[in-house]
Order: sequence, then C-alpha cells, then structure tokens
Amino acid sequence: MTNEQSSHEEDARVPRRVIGTPAAGTAVLGDSPPPAPAEDPAVVYPDPIAARKAERLVALLFLVTFLSGVAFIASYVIFQVGTVNSTAASNLALGGSLTLALLSLASGIVLWVRRIMPKYTLVQERHPMASGSDTREYVADTFVAGANESGFVRHKLLRRTLLLAAAPLGLAPLVLLKDLGPLPGTSLRHTVWKKGLRLVVEGTGAPIRAADFNSPGGILSVVPQGYEHDLNALAKATLILIKFRPDQFKAGTIKNWTHDGIVAYSKICTHVGCPAALYEQTTHHILCPCHQSTFDATDGARVIFGPAARPLPQLPIGVDGEGYLVAQADFDVPVGPSFWERGDAEADAREAREKAS
Amino acid sequence: MTTTLNNATLNNATLNGAALKETPKPIAGTASYLDDRLGAGSFLKRNLRKVFPDHWSFLLGEIALYSFIILLLTGTFLTFWFKPGMGHVVYDGPYQQLRGVTMSEAYASTLKISFEVRGGLLMRQMHHWAALLFVAGMMVHMLRVFFTGAYRKPRELNWIIGVLLLTLALAEGLTGYSLPDDLLSGAGLRITEGVAISLPLIGTYLTFFLFGGEYPGEDVIARFYSLHILLIPGILLALISAHMILMWVQKHTQMPGTGRSNTNVVGAPFYPAFMLKAGAYFLFTFTAIAGLGTFAQINPIWLFGPYTPSDISAGSQPDFYMGFLEGALRIMPAWEINFLGYTLPLSVLIPALVPMGIVMTGLALYPFLEQWVTGDRREHHIADRPRNNPHRTSIGISAVTFYGILWLLGANDEISAFFHIDLYHTTIFGRFAIILGPALAYAITYRICMGLQRKDADVMSHGVESGVIKRMPNGQYIEVHVPPAEDIADHLRGKALIPIVPGEADSEGIPPKGARSILGKARAMMSKKYGTEHIPLEEDGHGHGHAALGPGEGDHKEVH
Repeated sequence: MTNEQSSHEEDARVPRRVIGTPAAGTAVLGDSPPPAPAEDPAVVYPDPIAARKAERLVALLFLVTFLSGVAFIASYVIFQVGTVNSTAASNLALGGSLTLALLSLASGIVLWVRRIMPKYTLVQERHPMASGSDTREYVADTFVAGANESGFVRHKLLRRTLLLAAAPLGLAPLVLLKDLGPLPGTSLRHTVWKKGLRLVVEGTGAPIRAADFNSPGGILSVVPQGYEHDLNALAKATLILIKFRPDQFKAGTIKNWTHDGIVAYSKICTHVGCPAALYEQTTHHILCPCHQSTFDATDGARVIFGPAARPLPQLPIGVDGEGYLVAQADFDVPVGPSFWERGDAEADAREAREKAS
Repeated sequence: MTTTLNNATLNNATLNGAALKETPKPIAGTASYLDDRLGAGSFLKRNLRKVFPDHWSFLLGEIALYSFIILLLTGTFLTFWFKPGMGHVVYDGPYQQLRGVTMSEAYASTLKISFEVRGGLLMRQMHHWAALLFVAGMMVHMLRVFFTGAYRKPRELNWIIGVLLLTLALAEGLTGYSLPDDLLSGAGLRITEGVAISLPLIGTYLTFFLFGGEYPGEDVIARFYSLHILLIPGILLALISAHMILMWVQKHTQMPGTGRSNTNVVGAPFYPAFMLKAGAYFLFTFTAIAGLGTFAQINPIWLFGPYTPSDISAGSQPDFYMGFLEGALRIMPAWEINFLGYTLPLSVLIPALVPMGIVMTGLALYPFLEQWVTGDRREHHIADRPRNNPHRTSIGISAVTFYGILWLLGANDEISAFFHIDLYHTTIFGRFAIILGPALAYAITYRICMGLQRKDADVMSHGVESGVIKRMPNGQYIEVHVPPAEDIADHLRGKALIPIVPGEADSEGIPPKGARSILGKARAMMSKKYGTEHIPLEEDGHGHGHAALGPGEGDHKEVH
C-alpha cells in the first residue's frame, strides 16, 4: 500500500514515488508534477570508500551518544544532591554527560550529511508575492458584494448601535483590572517613623545607645524597631546612621535633627530607590552602588555626583529616657525615587520649618 | 517536468546496498491516513524539496529559535518546583549558610530547585544561559537582516514581527530575572519600580497596580510569574510561528552569486539534507547551552541571600541585554523639573525611555523610511553586501555604537575597578561618548564601505594579482593581473543601484512635483545622498598585463 492518490490520472506517468526516496521534486503525494526545481548544476557523490569510513565514524559518535545517555541516567541515580559539593558533583555529571551526548549526536549528523549524502543545489523559481490582478478584483468584488448583502452600510441604526454595544464590553477587561492595587493616595509621603520609635541595627535588631555609638566615622544601617521583617516598611524607612564630630556638619544638615554628631539619612536613593549602601569615611561620601549617585553626608546628603536629583532626606532623631536613639518625627519629605505628584517637597518643608521657628 | 535530477539518477548512484524501493509500511500508512484527512500531500509536495539558500549568516536566527525551544523545555521543568509566593518562610533546607533565615517562598523554592532536585541546578543554569543566548541570537540575527537589507519589501512585516519579538524577549527576561527574589534580582525589581513610578501622570498608579500597593508588596512575583510563564511566552510563540511561516512563504533571501537572481532561489532542498542539518544545528545549540549550564556558573542565588529593600551588594549587574538601560541611567545628569507642584524626573525618564525608544522605533521604522527616501517599491530577494549601501551600514554601525557605549557604561563600576580608572571619569567620558561615538562611527564606517567598494571595483576592472612577474621588452617589470574567478565576479556583480527620487530642477528651474515642498526638498536631498553611486563597478576586458607598480594606478576610474 502506498500513500499515492492513484485516482489521479497524471500519476500514471510518474513512477511510484513515495516518501523516503530522495526525489528531486517529483510528485510525492500530489496530483501533478512539482513546481520546477529546475536544474542541478552538479551533483557530487561521495566516494563510496570514504562514505563507508565516514559511516564508521558516525556510528562511533552515535555510540558515544548512547553511552553518554546511559551515563546521564546513571548519574541521576548515583549522584545525590543536598550539599553544595554534592550538588556540584551531580551538576557536573549530569551536565557533562548531557553535553557529550548532544555534541556527539550533532557531530554525527553533520558528518552523515557532509560525508555520506550527495551534494547539490537546486534552483526554484520565485514569483512576486502579489496575487494576480484578476484574483484581487475578484476578492474586491466579493467583499463589496458581501458588505452590501449584509446591509451594514445601508442600515445606519444597526451600525451605530453595534458600535455602541461594543464600547462597554471593550472597556470591561480594563475595569476588571482596577483591584490590582489600591490608589496611591498620600501613602508615598509617609513612612513608619514616628516620634519615639526606636532605631535598631539592621540584622541584629539591637537598639542603639547614643553614648555607645561614639567613634567618629562610624556607620550603621538602621531600621525601625518592630518592623525588622516588614519589607514594605523597610523599603521606605531604612536609614543610614553616621557619627561625626558636631563641628563637621555643614549648612545642609539640620543640626537640631542630629544628636551629639549622630545623623540619620534615608538609605533609599532618591534616584530609583536602591539602598545607598556604600560609605567612604575619609570623604564622608555616601555612594549608591546602582547608578553611583554620591551624597555628602556632612552637608545634608547633598548630591555631589550622579543622576540623583535630590539629597537623601534627613530623619530628625534624639534619645529617649534610657539614652537610646529614637525618631523625633517622620521624614518631612517623601523618601525614595521621584514621582509625578511629589512636587518640590523640599521647598515646602523648608518653608514649614521656617514658619515653625 | 524540467528537472534533470530525478529519482533515477540519484537512486542509481546511491543504491549500492540495501535501499528502499518504496515507502516503508508504517510511514506510508501514517502518511495516507493524514493525507486522507488533511490533504497533507499537496503541502508536502510543495515543501519537501523547498530550497534554502546557504550562507553562514542565515543560521544566526536559528540560534534564537532553538534557544527558545530549550527555554520552554527547561522552564517547564522549573515550574514543577518553583513557588511564586512572597509569603515569609524560615529556611530549613540543606544549604547551611541560610538555615534559619527568613525569606520568601519564591527564594526558598529556588534554593530547593538548586540543592534538593537532581538536575535542578543544571536546568536553572541552562534556562538562564538559554535566555541570554536567545536574546543574543535575536540581536545578531537582526543585525544580519539589517545590514544586508533583508528587511526590504516584501519582508517589512516580518521585520516588524522581529522587532516585537525582541521587545517581548526583553520583557520576558526582565520578568524571569525577578522571580527568584534574591538580593540581586530584587535590586533589578527596585530599579524597575523606580523607573515606572517616574512616569508622568500614570507612574504612581502604574506601580500601585503592578505591585498591589507600595513597593515591594506581596503580589509582584506571582504577577510576574504569570506574565513570564504564560502571557509573554504565549505571544512569543505565536509571533515566532508567524515569523517562521512568513519566512517560509516568502522564501529566504540569498546572497548575490552565480545563477542567483531576484526571481529564483538557489540552495539545498529541505528534505533530506537541510532538515538533518537543521536538526544537528539544534543539537549544537543545545550542546552549547548544556555545556554552559554545566561548566559556567550563572546567577548563584544562594550566595546573594534573600531580598530585602535595605541591602544591596556592590557591583550589582543586570543580564547583558538590560545593560544598555543601566548605562543610560548611570551617565544621565541629575535633571529634575518641578512645576505647579508636580515633578518630572528627567534623570530617570530620559534614560529609561529615550535609548530604548530610539533603538526600537528606529528599527521598526527603518524599512519604511528607506522606502520613502529611495522611492524604491520593488521586491528585493538578493541580499545587499553591507558595503554596497554605505549610508545604511553607517547608520547601523552608529546605532550599534550608541547601544554598545550605553552597554559598556552599564558596567562602569566594574570597568573602573578592573582598570583602575576613576569612577566619575568613566561617567563623564560616557556623557560625551554617547554623542560623539555614533557620529565618529558613522564617518569611519562610511569610509570603510567606500574603500571596500573601491577594492571591488578594482578587482572587476583590473583583475587580481596573479603573482606572475613579467619582463617587458623595454626592461620594465610588471605583475600580470588576471580576471577574478567567475564565482567571485558574480558575487561582486550583485551590487545593485540604489534608486534616487527625482529632485533636480528642469531646464526652467522648476523642481519635479514631489520635490517642491520643504519635506519634498529634504527627501530629494536625502535620496541623492543615500543613493548616489560613487564607485561604479566597471568590467574591464583588457585586465591582463596591467602594470600594478606605477604610481597613481587606478585613479583613472573616478567617474562622475
């Protein structure tokens, strides 16, 4: 049984050609001769002896694939994972055998094609992509006729109410997305810092006694007590705490908001929000490792280089009755990256401070 | 039937052992079954012997295609264990250093894949490497298509699909990169948030909807997960299929050469050799990815620790395809506008939108702009050699330079540390280089193209040096030049003239109709610049015995 459609008469003059024979564009399953792959300039056949040699090489490569495949399965059974070292060994065994299996299989196939198969090129005609003008005309006529048949053009009321009907349905999926999140409101303007909230060391959670944090040049990464694992709070409230000699501060730092040379700035970079985590003691520069915005810690964390446009906000701090560092209030400007509704919060805050004093 | 290569010739030559006389029964049976129901026969008839032109550069896109398949396979494996949750768990797995640490389910499950699933680490690393290779493959493929003008009619639509694919691939990479929720991926997510929130009017709403509230929230990983494993790959798969179908229907372009014309396709038939070679090429791509996944560690998330917004490590780098955005953010001066109580953070907006906008919009529009400038509405199936369209090539190299400088500066901290250059100097260098670099690249590329064209013209008119020195009767020594080999000559002859829209004023000083408006004048001017043939190929019949030693030889070819 073959897959030819023998009911077609033209097949009669074509010898039985079936899938699997290397036919040059002869009718395989079709009912007419193929579109002309026109000529073969030269078919180069491999030398039979060389081909047999190549066959042995290909067979060897396929055998390597077989063995590597077996090795892969064996590795899966033999190498257990768990520790870093055992995982590394398993990874090496599995990956190594897989790589070798794939590589020798691929190489074998390439050798097979190059050394065993005949080489030749075919030429096929290329026709313009456009359909003939009669086809286009037919389609255009059919379209117009169909449109008229439907009455979509003539019946205005139908057309307009259909468009009207589609509008709310089209909007519905967008409306459905509303509950993806709450509206921003003023949440971006506040952090969890408030009067009396203790500063604790990030990681250990230990409160900081001002008298103990006394070596000038010292720096701590600080979070609010009780929020050590609240990432939403930390994304805005994390601080960088630095100890200076009180006479080192310049005009940019608000001295009332420091305590005995200890100053707290938001650690969240005002550029795009990375933690500005690098500090250079000799120059008092805070550097954000993401985009290298650099802030002068002695001068209100003023920007001295990089893409950040605003200083790191300063948090007013003081000590509580037991001598531990606490916040005096929340930040008076939004921390972190700029956003559309933010406005010049620094100017407003400055004005408010001047009015208060 | 016009073929001279028929069954008989091939069969006779190859049948010196056991060979098929007819289709084996199982295959024939299946084929008939399918043909009875689908009419697959006529499709196969047209396509089994479909001709594919051969050139090494035509294989670049396949790297991307095969990487995508490997991404689907390895990615599916990863989903079996990955938990896209941000709920807190305390790690008690086998990795000692993180025992007792609070982390998200996403990070914990990624650790589990790495250390508790056999082959999990391999699949994770292969997935990551395949992603890099996917984007890199797309990029080099796109450059090949651009520089050979293979995007020209009728392939503009496929070019647009390609641009969409590249854009989606970047989004796919970004969403995937964020999933493990380690410290490094979190830094990328934080930057994404910082960029999104900077958008005027919609920024805060967009981020609140994306993150389900304030950053980082508890939703973003689950949302990125469904985008990463369902929505974006679904669209990618659909577009890749469309890309392949269009390529198949329109037939591949071919390089100029003997017997090749705009109305034919010369190459190897799909079945059997090309099909096998393509299979082998898939396996080679697979090999490369498996090898990288085995021997080249990538994204060792257990070293980074779980994400927290309060920490970061120095030298944090995104995957390479995001590097250009990172570089743009780094070299941007600190511009920010406040007006009427609103803020426009240009220092974020410009680097986030402009380079990507220039590159992607420029890519999408280029075929149409070129068509407008040249007025060329013909079909093109012969690839240009890049030198033969010097302005296109120069524009392309300018864009590559623009991209490359941004990319390099995305790693300026590493460059600074490695080469001991002041960090700020690299930034300041970048601010100038991003303007001057592309301009310089344009000029240099143009000169190189012209030089190469001149060399081609020389080969055609003078022939090539034969190495034979001949003594003339008057005692002069000359080197005998011989005509170039026919295939090389045909390759060079493939140079096509770039059309120019009419723009010259007629004898009464009136410019042609399309060139009277300002836009029309600009178009005519650009067209003239773009299409003018400075170095025509001239074939020389007396190319034998030309003296190659005389000074100024070859100058007489200048034609205007």
